[in-house]
Amino acid sequence: MSDRIALIRDIVLKHARIAADAAALTPTADLYTLGLSSMTTVHLMVALEDQFEVEFPDRMLGRKTFQSIQAMADAVEELQGG
Amino acid sequence: MCLTEADEVPSANAYTEFLGELTRAGLLIPSGVRGLYGRGGEFERVVDHFERYIGREARAAAGGPPAEVMRFPPLMTRADYSKLNHIHNFPDLMGSVHAFMGKDAEHRELTRKFSKGEDWSRDLSASDVMLVPAACYPLYPTATGTLPTHGRVVDLKTFVFRHEPSDDPARMQIFRQRELVRLGTADEALAHRDAWLARGKRMLEACLLPVEAVVANDPFFGRGGRLAKATQREQVLKYELVVPICSTENPTAVSSSNLHLDYFGHAFGIHTPDGHDAHTACIGFGLERITLALFRHHGLAIADWPAEVRALLRLDRSDED
Repeated sequence: MSDRIALIRDIVLKHARIAADAAALTPTADLYTLGLSSMTTVHLMVALEDQFEVEFPDRMLGRKTFQSIQAMADAVEELQGG
Repeated sequence: MCLTEADEVPSANAYTEFLGELTRAGLLIPSGVRGLYGRGGEFERVVDHFERYIGREARAAAGGPPAEVMRFPPLMTRADYSKLNHIHNFPDLMGSVHAFMGKDAEHRELTRKFSKGEDWSRDLSASDVMLVPAACYPLYPTATGTLPTHGRVVDLKTFVFRHEPSDDPARMQIFRQRELVRLGTADEALAHRDAWLARGKRMLEACLLPVEAVVANDPFFGRGGRLAKATQREQVLKYELVVPICSTENPTAVSSSNLHLDYFGHAFGIHTPDGHDAHTACIGFGLERITLALFRHHGLAIADWPAEVRALLRLDRSDED
């Protein structure tokens, strides 16, 4: 597991308030299926921006970006320039 | 519900010109604070008659239980407010009631500051109540528990507060929302939202207003608010019925029709008979904005309005319905 994936997983466990045990939280698990809400997505986004010192542009502001840990890792990687 | 943000200011002059016309006609009574007005008798007559029109439509609506009428004051408990995300989403719009709770010594200090023109407001303490930001908010804490089979429809009205001082006469700090709220399953909530969106549009068209239904978002605050706005639109949770009042390019939302999913059901422990968090939806009519749209499009004197609009709203009748 990459550092980025591990960090994002910790952020999800802390902020996403989803009703799943940690084992279910695989990188590709659909967080919305696990109960991620619009409000907690906002908390996640702010935490990710703070952690990785990035700012999500408007084109990334949608549920798809936050659908899974992997999707967030991909977005952060792109914003950090790979 | 939330009647949405104004986007860009169309023209400050367009606002002040219309406000001047309304004031001279005695329809609005300025207070000296932007967005805070008294209402004249003719203005209130239109509000009353439009409300009765909503009532007739609600009674005629099929597809759900009959609407229960409930009325709450424009205050809600701070404890209930604390169960919501409003402080995260709309901190700039909230209104909190503070009161003096000191004794003689604190009172002397309060009046000393008051007499000297100093800021005495910090000597007040938070009371147990907040100003209501949307007419349906006081309902949900009273609905905790299991809903009846087929859920509930509730007819609400109260003044709501939004701290957004503006020259736009349609952007008041305190105004009335009439709401019809559905509590039930996801399907029942969606059906209510969509049926009332269509009905609301038809009702306003029947008043000869140029109305359009548009996908909208609430004015979520700050950095995180950008995402909340985008996801609200992405999920098509909010529609507004918009009518030009001061601007054709930026028409005003006079009504909105919203799906809340299970947000309120989860926050207040409202369940469907099969044990799931209830879904809720609402249509909210902005009574002042609808009234302003009518005066804008049909003239400042009700007697000059098209006969069919006067007939529809029963404005030529003096009886109560």
